[in-house]
Amino acid sequence: MLKFNIMRIVIIGNGMVGYKFCEKLISKKGDADLKITVFGEEYLPAYDRVHLSEFFSGKTAEDLSMAPISWYAENGIELRLGELISDIDPINKTVSSHKGNIVAYDKLIFATGSAPFVPSIDGVNKEGVFVYRTIEDLEAITAYAKKAKRGAVIGGGLLGLEAAKALLDLNLETEVIEFAHKLMPRQLDEQGSEILQNKIEELNLKVYLKANTSLIAGDHKVEKMIFEDGREIQVDMVVISAGIKPRDELAKIIGLKTGIRGGIVVDDLLQTSNPDMYAIGEVALHDGMIYGLVAPGYEMADVVATNLLGGNKTFSAYDMSTKLKLIGVEVASFGDAFGTSDKCRSIMFEDKIKRIYKRINVSEDGKRLLGGILVGEADSYNMLLQITKNAMTLPPNIEDLILGARGGASDSGTGVLQLPDDAIICSCESIIKGDLCSAIKEHDLDGVPAIKACTKAGTGCGGCVPMLGDLFNATMKAEGKVVRSLICEHFNYTRQELYGLIKIDEIKTFQNLVAKHGKGHGCEVCKPAVASMMASIWNEMILKQDTIQDTNDRFLANIQKGGTYSVIPRIAGGEITADKLIAIGVIAKKYDLYCKITGGQRIDLLGARVDQLPVIWEELIEAGFESGHAYGKALRTVKSCVGSTWCRFGVQDSATFAIEIEERYKGFRAPHKLKSAVSGCIRECAEARSKDFGIIATEKGWNLYVCGNGGAKPAHAELLASDIDKETCVKYIDRLLMFYTATANPLTRTSAWLNNLEGGIGHVKEVVINDILGKCEEWEKEMQYQVDTYKCEWNEVVIDPEKRKRFNPFINSEESDPSVKFKYVREQINPLTSW
Amino acid sequence: MKEGWLKVGKVTDIPENGGSCIKYKDTQIAVFNYTVKNEFYATQNECPHRHEMTLSRGMIGDKAGEPKVACPFHKRNFSLQSGKCLSGDDYTIKTYPTKVEDGYVYVKVEE
Ligand code: SRM
Ligand SMILES: Cc1cc2nc3c(=O)[nH]c(=O)nc-3n(C[C@H](O)[C@H](O)[C@H](O)COP(=O)(O)OP(=O)(O)OC[C@H]3O[C@@H](n4cnc5c(N)ncnc54)[C@H](O)[C@@H]3O)c2cc1C
Ligand code: SF4
Ligand code: FES
Repeated sequence: MLKFNIMRIVIIGNGMVGYKFCEKLISKKGDADLKITVFGEEYLPAYDRVHLSEFFSGKTAEDLSMAPISWYAENGIELRLGELISDIDPINKTVSSHKGNIVAYDKLIFATGSAPFVPSIDGVNKEGVFVYRTIEDLEAITAYAKKAKRGAVIGGGLLGLEAAKALLDLNLETEVIEFAHKLMPRQLDEQGSEILQNKIEELNLKVYLKANTSLIAGDHKVEKMIFEDGREIQVDMVVISAGIKPRDELAKIIGLKTGIRGGIVVDDLLQTSNPDMYAIGEVALHDGMIYGLVAPGYEMADVVATNLLGGNKTFSAYDMSTKLKLIGVEVASFGDAFGTSDKCRSIMFEDKIKRIYKRINVSEDGKRLLGGILVGEADSYNMLLQITKNAMTLPPNIEDLILGARGGASDSGTGVLQLPDDAIICSCESIIKGDLCSAIKEHDLDGVPAIKACTKAGTGCGGCVPMLGDLFNATMKAEGKVVRSLICEHFNYTRQELYGLIKIDEIKTFQNLVAKHGKGHGCEVCKPAVASMMASIWNEMILKQDTIQDTNDRFLANIQKGGTYSVIPRIAGGEITADKLIAIGVIAKKYDLYCKITGGQRIDLLGARVDQLPVIWEELIEAGFESGHAYGKALRTVKSCVGSTWCRFGVQDSATFAIEIEERYKGFRAPHKLKSAVSGCIRECAEARSKDFGIIATEKGWNLYVCGNGGAKPAHAELLASDIDKETCVKYIDRLLMFYTATANPLTRTSAWLNNLEGGIGHVKEVVINDILGKCEEWEKEMQYQVDTYKCEWNEVVIDPEKRKRFNPFINSEESDPSVKFKYVREQINPLTSW
Repeated sequence: MKEGWLKVGKVTDIPENGGSCIKYKDTQIAVFNYTVKNEFYATQNECPHRHEMTLSRGMIGDKAGEPKVACPFHKRNFSLQSGKCLSGDDYTIKTYPTKVEDGYVYVKVEE
């Protein structure tokens, strides 16, 4: 039987908007009979271009993909990748691809996006000049950067700065070249640009404004850039990010109406000058405007999908507010950022020390927020954007909006719950506040991940995610519910509660705990968390329950690429005898291990096969070493400087104290790893203030600093007590560590714990020094128990044949793992893996 | 292709609520002792994410009742029953039937 009502939809382009259009069609189609064919020039299915730069931090094409290839097939969509549409026959309504395939359509959708605009500079075709748009571009840049030292990015806009950060991360000396007299000229005013420039120069990015490139010189490949003002710079590669050029080439061939500066002209229905053809995303020119952002593109996809399926929706001018995710520098601009509206007044705040600039533009009567700019700190962006969009009433002291409430007032009167129900929270997916709140209540959503999964909010550019968190907390609070961070689906308790239960009920195994207080069989989240709590409380040999330990704890070594392990013996305080150095050398040589001095003042031996671990440790123990617990959420190293013994500035013997501290807390397991350091004077060579607890010598004794962090979110440790003696210092550390261990969430370092602790460091002082909770004596006893029951875990394994057996790679063969392979680099082994 | 039962070892060779690895010709197979359910499961040892031979060293448990293993490298979760990836990626790992007889574990392999 013939079907007459099939609609054949052909989509040219499988980018972010093209994909979103498919998704919208599928979710709205009901029983409509659609035959959807998608052509994508790229070889990969649509991926998240917005987070493209995360490719450099290890995300793969797969991680970035919007949906796997199978999704298209499952929904009856024919996806043809690596196929470029090269011609259209509007009379017979067919498209043809460069492979010669011809497909008929009833409705044709242009979702061809845009290409980078490449200015006609002499020499742009040289080897070493790149653009920044596709995964392929990034792969090419990464490969070329390996042999380059200096790079330049032409274009100081949003994308240019992102590209520059990427070059910097590829270890290139990088310079940003901008034609205009300021950075991000579309979003920032001069003051904002200046602060941004200062900020990024701190990141070691050079900025060159008012620069007009006249020549990219070099023999075949890029060697230098020459500017109109005569300046020259040496560069090995150039990335061009000077704007976008809509891909309207096909549209032009068939005579569709296009704009002078490019783009396919569309009306409010996104219809082109041919009524059977639509254009959406970055190729569409609506009301003289090309939108280079995903959110308006998604909205366009929604409009066309709705109308094709018999609905009724139009597209109107879209807000261009943005928040830049350039690592380290927050920049946002929203609404009327430059204050160009009639008679508007601006409030500006500038802090040249912290490098923060904030500007808001307010209507003449002081009642409405029109727009603004934030540089250096943009936490309030979402809220300010909402106030602007929803024409909300402003607080009496308008400046509170950017300065925060001061002088006693607790709230500037603009909490999330005050937003109107129809305020759009997620602009990528057009989701309003009212729908989010009801979803949270109706489906009992238990946090931001659940909100994302249920409503799709926050899955596009991610800009609204902090606001989702606020909304969740506020909704819970309004419902009278306390937000508790539960461990996982197997335990309806927080870590703090579970810690108490284990202690009170004296539970020593995971199986007993899950039987008594949990449900199901556990998972990779709750098992290690429980293992850590039991270790902090009972300090039993962790391999008694080896299968609830994280892989590193289970094999008492850190797993490495290629499946081998690392061996890090303890070298307390970084002090080591010549004999021990020799012993390490001999053992490393015997087992052909890769040697490296770690960032924690000790020696890492990498590349040990799992079956070699017990023998290597046997020999290390023989030579006087013990486990360094580099694998555990436990005390790692206590770094030290040489101190007053050797150093002409030292005022106390820091090396001895560091070794004493390391001996005391070694093996102690906590919610996360613990690091410490002791410096012999205020010059702080041991970097004690970046540690979970750090000690700095003074003329009179020691200053104790707590809750510092290096790593991903560095934090300086805060002063807990000054000029104290060693005994007091140790007493306070005992108390602090037990306080932290009893109350922190799983995998929370001390600095994050302090951040969430009501009352902050003041409260910690009250608890640890003034004992307001009356817990100190108990905690000191608990810590002493830990110290007294310490045993080297590796020693326990080496002497026990049953435990050693667990290190055989196969239970049915004596062979060692043949998949472990190495290559030699700088005379040492390196893993041979494909990633 | 012919199939047969491969004797992998004693029940007690595989840690309770954990996994071990066996080698069959050039293939590595992970065998899990899901003690709480009194079940044994077997899957390929190779994690499809970064092709590391690691699943036998992964942690087992359940997601809403479905038995699973988490790869120790980047915590991709796989169902021990269907082999499907449970953390959103488009992977499926091979699973093998198992049985226990007289205190020994067997895995059904292609000969
Ligand atoms: C070996 C070493 C790098 C080196 O070659 O120098 C290293 C290696 C690893 N670090 Fe580190 N870190 C090493 C010193 C550091 C330092 C420097 C220090 O300790 O003075 C830091 C910053 C200080 C800090 O922690 O505050 C550091 C901050 C991190 C972080 C970020 C922590 C944070 O709070 O943001 C992680 C990730 C985590 O723990 O979740 C991490 C995680 C890791 C892991 C465990 C990643 C992993 O899961 O595989 C690495 C593998 C270790 C291994 O042996 O396989 N490593 N890592 C260093 C071992 C020191 C030691 O002797 O034990
Ligand atoms: C590095 C980077 C960072 C960004 N950051 C942000 C951000 O933070 N926030 C934000 O909102 N936006 C950001 N954007 C912009 C955003 O990615 C785009 O607005 C969005 O991708 C546009 O989607 P699109 O589908 O219209 O075009 P595209 O994603 O470019 O997709 C178009 C696809 O069509 C294909 N195509 C073209 N012609 C044909 C043809 N004839 N036949 C077959 N296929 C064809 C192309 O190859 C391409 O794959 C960023 C862009 C980049 C490059
Ligand atoms: S050692 Fe630390 S910094 Fe280096 S790659 Fe591993 S986790 Fe990252
Ligand atoms: S290798 Fe298994 S999750 Fe990455």
